[in-house]
Amino acid sequence: MSVLVGFDTRLVVQGMGTAGAFHAKQMIEYGTKVVAGVTPGKGGSKVAGLEQVPIYDTVEEAVRLAHANTTVIYVPPPFAADAILEAASAGIELIICITEGIPARDMIKVKYVLDLEYPEVVLVGPNCPGVITPGQCKVGIMPGYIHKPGGVGVVSRSGTLTYEVVGQLTKLGLGQSTAIGIGGDPVKGTDFIDALAWFANDPGTSSIFMIGEIGGDSEERAAQFIKDHIDKPVAAFIGGQTAPPGKRMGHAGAIISGGKGAASDKIAALKAANIAVAATPAEMGTTLAKVLGL
Amino acid sequence: MKIHEYQGKQLFRKYGVPVPIGIAATSVEEALAAIPKVQEQGGTEVVVVKAQIHAGGRGKGGGVKVAKTKADAEAAVKAIFGMQLITPQTGPEGKKVQRLLVEQGLAIDHEFYLGMLLDRTTGRVTVMASREGGMDIEEVAASHPEKIIKESVNPATGWQDNQSRSLAKALGMTGKVAGELGKFMTALTRAYDELDCSLLEINPLITTKDGKVLALDAKINFDDNAMFRHPELEELRDPNEEDASEQEAKKWDLSYISLEGNIGCMVNGAGLAMSTMDIIKFYGGAPANFLDVGGGATAEKVTAAFKIITSDPEVKAIFVNIFGGIMKCDTIAEGVIKAVKETGLKQPLVVRLEGTNVELGKKMLAESGLNIVAAADMADGAQKAVKAAKEAR
Repeated sequence: MSVLVGFDTRLVVQGMGTAGAFHAKQMIEYGTKVVAGVTPGKGGSKVAGLEQVPIYDTVEEAVRLAHANTTVIYVPPPFAADAILEAASAGIELIICITEGIPARDMIKVKYVLDLEYPEVVLVGPNCPGVITPGQCKVGIMPGYIHKPGGVGVVSRSGTLTYEVVGQLTKLGLGQSTAIGIGGDPVKGTDFIDALAWFANDPGTSSIFMIGEIGGDSEERAAQFIKDHIDKPVAAFIGGQTAPPGKRMGHAGAIISGGKGAASDKIAALKAANIAVAATPAEMGTTLAKVLGL
Repeated sequence: MKIHEYQGKQLFRKYGVPVPIGIAATSVEEALAAIPKVQEQGGTEVVVVKAQIHAGGRGKGGGVKVAKTKADAEAAVKAIFGMQLITPQTGPEGKKVQRLLVEQGLAIDHEFYLGMLLDRTTGRVTVMASREGGMDIEEVAASHPEKIIKESVNPATGWQDNQSRSLAKALGMTGKVAGELGKFMTALTRAYDELDCSLLEINPLITTKDGKVLALDAKINFDDNAMFRHPELEELRDPNEEDASEQEAKKWDLSYISLEGNIGCMVNGAGLAMSTMDIIKFYGGAPANFLDVGGGATAEKVTAAFKIITSDPEVKAIFVNIFGGIMKCDTIAEGVIKAVKETGLKQPLVVRLEGTNVELGKKMLAESGLNIVAAADMADGAQKAVKAAKEAR
């Protein structure tokens, strides 16, 4: 079992440029059903090495002709908001947006329209590594080989930290049900609470690892949600414990501003909800193992 | 991206947000010449001389002076220009004042606070206001949260007049002043949206005895992600306000922040880069920087990143921590080897590689003949880097 992506995923890749084509190949090698590519103006053409994947001008064609139900977006930042809304209007149910650097103003509008007109559509990202269900389907940019099928649900605001925890879990023999990168932007689709609720309801997920970072209050709200609604074991890590205030730490959302969003507040909130918090990023896997009594 | 107060006020003027009459100066001579002009245009002898640095709290550090006469104003200009201004936000070394704003003095009736920023919980821009102007708003928020009024901006309609009316009511503004606030807010919210601001703060917003509403201060930050559609704003960047290494990093599209420590870090991914700083601190060391080389970096970019780290004289050891996803370990190895060949390597170098093409990357480093300390994992690498930095001192 898994959440979001699996054997039923039929993927369209929006933005079949260099990065899009590279990752399309990687995803196909992993076993993902990539059924179409969309690059406006390039409909009917072929991408070298991906001759089996039809290229369309619009997502609507990818849905109608190739029966795509999920999209992954590699479109450059100035055009990414439009690409998300195109996918939603074409009837795509799951939109995974990898693109980093989309202006906040664009995402505010996208979120508003999705909430109002497409409440059933799930957006993951932007600025995220994607979603993987090990052994079934990889949608995004994560290295597939570090994963292993199993029961740990992973949800994270950071891409490389997700790889780090997955690598550690796999080495400990703890496979993953699904790993979801929710991304490091201040305005995004899926948040911790959404992912936590999916994992809570997924029979294939027996425990959860959550990776947060400085900025905002999503981790605090997630801690409360876990306390109130989740019976499965949860462990967590928060990045940015030594980050100085007022400085944007790479991610647009990772900033301690106005005294809010510090790692210490988030760790305190998690601990108050009886969640084990790894002291260092090197101990994420072992922290969960300990919670599981291994 | 941040800009100066006077630049913020110039943008305000363009959008019809009322600000006091003022002239900016980049030398003592220019500032002295500005005094009589501001006095004449402002219709009052009283002028305010304000240091232009990016840090807040300028008044507390002596960077803002109200002068009642021309002689007082001249003395203020000479005292503030070139001073090393220390505020709670500059750090103990302070910031040299190289720009001034000479501004019209006003008969203030009341001072308010007004801010606009993104509320991440609702995914909307929020206007925050308070009658407690001039004060540290964070203190007000902590001690009297009920004194802060919040109105969120609907992404479809934008700011609405009825919101201005309720804001005026909550702030205790009536009659003509309430109408003035309406015009002010319409212009201000339009500026925030069109300029892709990420933060806008006016502390204080004032009402005058003759019923006007003006922005006495202007703090504006722009969304870095939106700069591609605002080439005109690039000109407002003040190189004196930015760290030289940070500027060099920006050229290469690297995410870099200088810090106080002595262990240079090169990492891929913002979360891992932050956590690498954390783990260095955990083992008793201090990071010299935050550096995220990003996902799709080329060997040239890695070389540039490495040179930025080694050019910092404080750096006593280097920790390269990579978990390759899109970033391939052989690309990192190639970039590091190239940088060392070009500039030499004076500091111990600890490398931890994991992820895509890890075996190839490790092989390249091993065969390069460079003096590299290999780390088994993140904890091992951090401990080795901390040890190396301590031994180097």
